[in-house]
Amino acid sequence: MRYIDPHIHMVSRTTDDYRSMGQAGCVAVTEPAFWAGFDRSSAQGFYDYFRQLTEHEPRRAAAYGIRHYCWLSVNPKESEDVTFAREVMELIPGFISKPNVLGIGEIGLNKNTVNELAIFEEQVALADRLGQLILVHTPHLEDKLKGTRLIVDAIRRNANVDPERVLIDHVEEHTVKMVLDAGFWAGITLYPDSKCTPQRAADIVETYGHERLWANSAGDWGHSDPLAVPKLRMEMARRGHSLQVIERLLYENPARFLGQCPKFHLDGV
Amino acid sequence: MPSKDKKYSCPMSRDQVVEAYFLEHRGKLLDVAAFLDRVDRSRPSGRAGGEDYRVAALREALCLLADGRPRRVERVLKLLSDPTSRPIPKALGKAAGGAYGNASRPVGKGKKMGP
Ligand SMILES: [Zn+2]
Repeated sequence: MRYIDPHIHMVSRTTDDYRSMGQAGCVAVTEPAFWAGFDRSSAQGFYDYFRQLTEHEPRRAAAYGIRHYCWLSVNPKESEDVTFAREVMELIPGFISKPNVLGIGEIGLNKNTVNELAIFEEQVALADRLGQLILVHTPHLEDKLKGTRLIVDAIRRNANVDPERVLIDHVEEHTVKMVLDAGFWAGITLYPDSKCTPQRAADIVETYGHERLWANSAGDWGHSDPLAVPKLRMEMARRGHSLQVIERLLYENPARFLGQCPKFHLDGV
Repeated sequence: MPSKDKKYSCPMSRDQVVEAYFLEHRGKLLDVAAFLDRVDRSRPSGRAGGEDYRVAALREALCLLADGRPRRVERVLKLLSDPTSRPIPKALGKAAGGAYGNASRPVGKGKKMGP
């Protein structure tokens, strides 16, 4: 069965992972710009990272029949230095019209600081100015609830932003309702340590429905699983959910949200 | 999909749920018990104020599991969350600890999390 992994950091994954994902039914990935596990020493580091996301990675994916799309931003973990963050933001307009760029992301908060919030709001405004979709990262663990509230409030302060064009990712049982009730899309991240298991993700779908919801692996350089999405598919099938519902969550929903950007297409998939 | 009756939104019968998951979660419960035993068997680090705030939070969370009320995951997550609402002036580090520690408690020693 075909699926989309709408949040995965393929620059950190091996070619073998692309092969396994292709074999498991992955037809498209979207890769948000994020932290590399260390702080870049200059904005130039991001210039090369954006080239990797827009030029190199789509070619790697194509060899396994997978469409590769991406999102550009300065991530919250490198937003504390606002001067640095603004230098990175200046690079974004130069890349935004590349054929695989779907929008601004993943922007958001990490430790819920004043500076992170300022840069987040500036990038929401940038997305609005450039007419882009937005993909939002919410903080981990004890910082998630407060961070999600700050994020929802900050986006609402920008009256131009249509919540239907914003996906707030890494929701859990204590944040999913807040995000959906505010009219945003919500993402469940299947991450071994800090986020959801496939079982909990299936529980969330059973509790809150599958409207405006997607699931992703957020596979990256840390402890993570690039095949987490098909594991959720198996968990839902095991419980007796219909193939129609599973395909809606893991293929049609991401395609519907991402399809708001005219560059996203799945022709021939 | 969630049935019309929201109370029974899991498509499996109760017997099926127990059959499918009991052993897995019995094992996870024993892991928690073993962790708490391991904490007891380890030498205290001499920090003032007694137990690590994360272990104290875990003990509190265990009480929620036994209170017989619904929405346990949501309530545990909220218990482990920062209850404040204003952005902080500056972060001490990039990592999260997994439970909320007030200013007198060491924060930022949690495992580094990826994206
Ligand atoms: Zn990510």
